[in-house]
Formats: sequence, structure tokens, C-alpha cells
Amino acid sequence: MDVQTWTLIIVGLTFALYIGIAIWARAGSTKEFYVAGGGVHPVANGMATAADWMSAASFISMAGLISFMGYDGAVYLLGWTGGYVLLALLLAPYLRKFGKFTVPDFIGDRYYSNTARTVAVVCALIVSFTYVAGQMRGVGVVFSRFLEVDINNGVFIGMAIVFFYAVLGGMKGITYTQVAQYCVLIFAYMVPAIFISLAMTGNAIPQLGLIGDVTDGTGMALLDKLDVLHQELGFAEYTSGTKSMTDVFAITFALMVGTAGLPHVIVRFFTVPRVKDARSSAGYALLFIAILYTTAPAIAAFARVNLINTVSNKEYAEMPEWFSKWEQTGLIKFDDKNADGRIQYLAAADANELTIDRDIMVLANPEIANLPAWVIALVAAGGLAAALSTAAGLLLVISTSISRDLIKMQIKPDISEKWELRWARIGAFVAVLIAGYFGINPPGFVAAVVALAFGLAAASFFPAIILGIFDKRMNMQGAISGMIVGITIMLWYMLKFKFGIFDGGKEAVAGLKDGWWFGISPEGFGTIAMVFNLVVSLVVSRMTPPPPENVQQIVEDIRVPRGAGAAHDH
Amino acid sequence: MSEKNLQQYWRDNLRYLAILLSIWFLVSYVFGIFMVDTLNNISVGGAKLGFWFAQQGAIYVFVVLIFVYVNWMNKLDKKYDVDEE
Repeated sequence: MDVQTWTLIIVGLTFALYIGIAIWARAGSTKEFYVAGGGVHPVANGMATAADWMSAASFISMAGLISFMGYDGAVYLLGWTGGYVLLALLLAPYLRKFGKFTVPDFIGDRYYSNTARTVAVVCALIVSFTYVAGQMRGVGVVFSRFLEVDINNGVFIGMAIVFFYAVLGGMKGITYTQVAQYCVLIFAYMVPAIFISLAMTGNAIPQLGLIGDVTDGTGMALLDKLDVLHQELGFAEYTSGTKSMTDVFAITFALMVGTAGLPHVIVRFFTVPRVKDARSSAGYALLFIAILYTTAPAIAAFARVNLINTVSNKEYAEMPEWFSKWEQTGLIKFDDKNADGRIQYLAAADANELTIDRDIMVLANPEIANLPAWVIALVAAGGLAAALSTAAGLLLVISTSISRDLIKMQIKPDISEKWELRWARIGAFVAVLIAGYFGINPPGFVAAVVALAFGLAAASFFPAIILGIFDKRMNMQGAISGMIVGITIMLWYMLKFKFGIFDGGKEAVAGLKDGWWFGISPEGFGTIAMVFNLVVSLVVSRMTPPPPENVQQIVEDIRVPRGAGAAHDH
Repeated sequence: MSEKNLQQYWRDNLRYLAILLSIWFLVSYVFGIFMVDTLNNISVGGAKLGFWFAQQGAIYVFVVLIFVYVNWMNKLDKKYDVDEE
């Protein structure tokens, strides 16, 4: 059977599975819709969190990014895993004990203010929308490449599926579909990795293959070989990277803190029965995430060696089939500058003849390594699982923000449960439409903004939540001014140095690099903005009255596990 | 639970956090970033140690840290009788 038939079968089966689960796990109440009734087992929640977390970017793009960045890729690996330590130790148990449904709930109650709640809702919507647009695009790309449908039709199919289970099942529906999606995506990620690791290093475990020797008879360590190849072609040494140490630190820190501040991740810890389970489920989540995240750098290194060996200084006419297939999508471009019919893949821009889009490394890897057709189809299903699970989690945050944080808590407090649930579904529906629109008409800035969503979360939520738990004296005035200063300065830095808005647009961006504060890129600026938020919050809170007695009591209360609201069984 | 016990429970909790977060900082930022060049002189298998910490080792340690935390806190909750049974 050919790749396309296999893809149709495997993708069709997984979609049928997701829909089946969604019908079985329909939400009947707002509590089920928002937090799955609060009765999810910690291991299941760990898997759901992992699927929620690992987006199209993790599955499709990350290994490719690392492959081209070498050592610098560590910013993503550390940043997107280390945040879970902060979540587990500093946020999850206390927010679970607090026992409401959303992040704005916590901010609004802890800071006894609807202004604080509104600021939090706005931040949550900005972060979630920038994120979800990228997911829909990912769905479109996978569909168009593997099923050869039009990219827009791919987005429509993805919208229909997500709509079906997010709107019908709410958190309960997406939790159990995410469990299934985790299994699909991790299987799809590991199978080709194991095949390739075996072929290149003789070791079935990619994590060990990465530190092993290549089996091409030279007996060299894989990473040493890669460094030599890079040197020959003029690239920076693979294991050293090119970013400054300050910037690597700032980006890693911003991503870690941003991860811990993302509303769609935090909300997952409201779904488990007990405080104890919130702690352990963060552990399971990271364990499940780590399986993929420790495999990614191995895939990155294997793919890099494979790619260089396959293309460098080889006859263009003798390139394998995958090369021309990806050329058609425009993601590989070859320009025979010296007209010798061979591919010169070099670091120097004037002599280099090959441009490769980083995103194709994972998708093309099984083909580059000559793996069977069903493995290639599996990767397509895995990419879809990753994109759909994250999109659903984000859509839920958006719909909850609308039905609960805006309508129920602010506009119409006496709304009936039935109508609140109806509004939640309407919110999800509208969010799907908007996400789909951005998927079909991606604004040029989407890719750039997704990375910056972390900076925004780091600059706004993280300090407000941490201080709300660990600083009893923190009050409304401090938290609100901190959040506003944090997110404003982050937005300003982003607009100035990423989009060049104040200096004549995108073209000016490269020239502004010398103006970076402390040499920190916009991606890493969340770290600085977070410090601003912290300092402003602390200073302002000490100059204004302490929070009222009942709020101080909330803080006392969330610090102790006993008495977390009882959950109900599924 | 008495006010005094509660304070003691919280202090113990903060001490655990300080220990675990120091290790968190050490393996990722110190080993993986600040001292990466020094550690790269040592090798683990075919990889340089600093590079390995940045792309592999720190992540393994993160997972272990959370499970240690879960274990310590479950014991602490029982000790101060604030667990959820």
C-alpha cells in the first residue's frame, strides 16, 4: 500500500476514536464542562496535560529547530520542561486547593477586584488566541502534505473535529480525547526515532543513540561526527551554538516561567480530585513530556547527519523521491548557482544552493531514512493529534473566559446553570471560527507571536499568582499595577524590537539589535518584564493598605491541603 | 490545627522548595548554561557533559525532582495532620 492509503486509514481510525470518546464523555454540567467534574485520575491528567502541552510546534517543529540550532536548541528543551517543576512546586497544589475553575477566578478572588479579573481575562485571551492560530495552521500543513487536500480544506476538517468534541464534551470530553491523543502522538514520535537510532547507531533507545557511536565503520561518536561535518561546511559547531550566554539564559527562563503561567496548562490541575493528585499529576505530565523532549534532540542530531550525508555535494538529478515531493510544497528550494548539477549545502550565503524549511525535518525524517509507508502515515496522525489536542485545550480556556469570567462573574451573575453551559458552548463555537479564520489567513506574525505568548504569560500571570500564594501582604493595588506594567513593557519591547513599529517596520528590526537591553532578544525579554512586574507589585503593595482579613484567610487556607472540595466519580 | 503548627508546616514546605529549586537551578542554568564550556571538557558516552545536561540530563533531573517533592510533601502532610484522608 502507498503512503496515502496508509495515511487515510490511520488518520481515519484515530479520528473515529476521538469522536467515539467525545460522545461517551459528554458534559452535563458546567462543572463537567470547565474542569471535567474534578474527578480525573492523576495519571490520566498527566497524559492529558502532556497532549495539551505538546502542540504542533513541539511535534513537528521542535526537532527541526534543534537540528538547525544545535546547542542553542536547549532553550526550548529546558524552557518547556523546567516550567513544570515550577508548576508542581509553586502553583498546582495551591490552585487546586483554591478550588475554582479558571486563572482569572483566582486572580479576581485573591485580589478582591473585578478589575484584576478583567486584566487576567484579557491576558488569557491574548495568550490563547495567538497560540491557537498556530495550531490550526499545523493541522492544515499536515493535511495538505499527506492527504494532498488543499491546505484550507485541511483547516476546515480540523475545525469540524475540534468543534465536535470541544463543544460537546467540554473539559471532560477533551480530557479523555487528549489521553488517546497522547498515546497516538508519542507512539508516532517514537517509532521512527527508534528505527533511525537503530540504523545510525545500532542502539534502539534514541537517548542512548545520541551519545553513542555511528555505525558507518569510522567508530566516531555521533556528535563528534556532526561537529566535523559542520566544520567542513562552514557551520558553527553543533554542540556549541551561536547565541550569547545572557540571551540563552533569558530565553530559557522566560519560557520556563511562561509555561508555568499558561492558563490552558494551569487549568488542567483543577481537574484532579485532591491536592495530592495535583502534585503527582504534574510529575506524570512532565514524565510523559520528557519522553518526547529527550527524544527530540536525538532526532535532531540524526536528521542533521542524515540530511548532510544525503544532499551535500551530491548530483541533483539523483536525489531521492522525497526531495522533489517537498520541493513541490516549496519547503525545499534548490538553486544551482555554479551550475555544476550538484548540491552545495554550505553556511556561506553566496555559495549555498539549498534552503530547507525547519518544519519539515520531523515530517520528512522517515522518508529521508527510508522507513516503510505505514511509519510515514503514523507521523501524520501524530502531528494531527498534537495539533488538535492543544487547539482543543486552548479553545476551552477561551470559551470558559467568556461564559464564566465575563458573563457569569461580571455581566450577569444570576445566569442559570443551563444558560451558562449554553454560553460556554457558544464561546467555544465562536473561538473555533476565529481560530479557523487565522488558520486559513495566517497573519505573517503568527509564528513570531507564539514564541512571545510565553513572554506575555511570564510578564503578567506568573508573578500575580506566585505572590498571591507566597506573599500574604500582596494586595489588589500591587498585583494590578504589576500585571499592567509587566504586560505593557513586554508588548512595547516586542513591538519595538520584533516588529520595528517605532522605527519604520520589519526591515528595521535587524538594525535595532544593538539596542537590545542587556543583549536580550524579544523572546527572552519576558524574564526582564517579569522582574519589573515583581518589583512594581512589591513596592506598590507596601505603600497601600493590606488586603482585607477574609482574603488573608484565603491565603492561609490554600497553603494547607486538607479540605479540598470533594470530587465526583465518572 | 493550631496557628503555630501551621507556621511550622509552612516553614518546612518552604525549606523543601528551597532545596529542590536550588537543584533545579543548578542542573539547568549552572550546568547547562553558565558552566557549559567547562563541563564540555568532560564527556559522557560520546557527548560533551555540558551539552548533555542542556539537552538531556537536566530534563531527567526535573522529573525526579517533582516525584521527590510529591513524596516529601505527602509525608509532611501526614506529620502535621493536614492530609486529605
